Amino acid sequence: MADVRAETPRARTLTFDLPGWPGHRAGQHVDVRLTAEDGYRAQRSYSIASPPGASRLELTVERLDDGEVSPWLADEARPGDEIELRGPIGGYFVWEPARGGPLLLVAGGSGLVPLMAIERHRRAVAPEVASTVLVSARGPEDLLYAGELEGAAVVTYTRTRPEGWTGYARRVDEAMLAEAGPPPEARPRCFVCGPTSFVEVVAEALVALGHHRALIKTERFGATGG
Amino acid sequence: MPSITRGFRRREPGGDESRLPPGQHLVAGFPVLSAGPTPHTPTEAWSFTLDGEIDEARRWTWDEFRALPAEPVRCDIHCVTSWSKLDTEWEGVSLDTLLDEVETEAPYITAWCDGGYTTNLPIEDITDGRAWLAYAYDGRPLEPEHGGPVRLLVPHLYLWKSAKWVRGITLRPDDEPGFWESLGYHQRGDPWQEQRYWGD
Amino acid sequence: MDERMLDGNAGAGDLQELFAVEVTQTVGVCEACGMEGPLAEAHVYSLAPGLTLRCRGCEAVLARLVHLPDRTLVELRGLRRLEIVR
Repeated sequence: MADVRAETPRARTLTFDLPGWPGHRAGQHVDVRLTAEDGYRAQRSYSIASPPGASRLELTVERLDDGEVSPWLADEARPGDEIELRGPIGGYFVWEPARGGPLLLVAGGSGLVPLMAIERHRRAVAPEVASTVLVSARGPEDLLYAGELEGAAVVTYTRTRPEGWTGYARRVDEAMLAEAGPPPEARPRCFVCGPTSFVEVVAEALVALGHHRALIKTERFGATGG
Repeated sequence: MPSITRGFRRREPGGDESRLPPGQHLVAGFPVLSAGPTPHTPTEAWSFTLDGEIDEARRWTWDEFRALPAEPVRCDIHCVTSWSKLDTEWEGVSLDTLLDEVETEAPYITAWCDGGYTTNLPIEDITDGRAWLAYAYDGRPLEPEHGGPVRLLVPHLYLWKSAKWVRGITLRPDDEPGFWESLGYHQRGDPWQEQRYWGD
Repeated sequence: MDERMLDGNAGAGDLQELFAVEVTQTVGVCEACGMEGPLAEAHVYSLAPGLTLRCRGCEAVLARLVHLPDRTLVELRGLRRLEIVR
């Protein structure tokens, strides 16, 4: 681990030097495995936050209170630590310019991580492809990458809002997706990531609005995934 | 040999570790493990069936089942994934109460459940006060995620034998591997002999 | 909706180690109901003594995987076939 930086009170981005890393595609993940001195092992999947072509691999990890792995990654890990990674993994939940656009990226909580890799990749290599980033967060202190998304994402806060907030303040639904995102006729490539129930609701809402199921890619994070 | 991760250890509450079988550790909560979606069977639709190698199949509705004599059960439970809980408290009907009503010489049983889960056992492991049909945990009706309305409770064996959402027991002449027993897990599962996998 | 259920993206690491192909895009056909789809969209239940992959249409078991100390057991009975993208 080369570097660590805080994103929110509960989340940090970990930066790794990986000589020999074969490169990855935007949206892929790695499996992280930790081993205790008594041999006890725990393994969890984490999406890669850095876009392809970045010089170092970045993971953003949010601490789940009763998690096995995330508390160590989010609180304890420091530069110089070594961990085991397996990957990159995934060919379904990935995007590169050849897959076309526009993009509709819908994130629930830490589901934003792989979508941010996609958005960063788009900005770097295909800025002419339009994208809409719609993020659902519990409150402003939970919004990842707030600075980077400033003015460029549609945010809905489901529990607490900033002072004077005039934006969305409810769970993502059909009306919000219709207002914020491109219409089905634009054939956007939709990527939905977050907790299982979030993904189910949003995917069904997109289908109900007329988006083609084949253009909707989903990735479910477990609440107990940490 | 994997590299050791500095400062990483399993989270573990304090407790009486002398009561733990080999390879087990205590947990604070009650983990929910499942191989499929949680069934939600309303008690009006629930029944329990005893069939197979017996004189006559028996079936109990929810009301008939709850009219049977029941008892509190306090026991330690041990999951093959290595967590254990001590002094868990349940309420249930002893399998002896149901089996006393039938005649059988079947050596084995298969418990079968809503959602398709099955597990196999020698009949001695569910008789003589070793097993219950449990409908309450910790003083409350058993939640679906923990196997409600009724689960099998066989605390002297690993918890995968305590089949959740149980709907019946079939008495059999042979030992038919159940859901996990057909893919690597031990046919009997005694935690004190660490019978986790085939060949243990 | 079971919040503990994940999808085939989560099971991909384990399956890929065995099959050396890209698993999330691999299309599986459910033996029970005939539904076809990428394994990434299958329902995965992995908080258990093993991993269970189920059809998102009918919840029939497509595949199961158990890691024993010295070997891994895999059952694919619920998959009528796999179509592996090349």
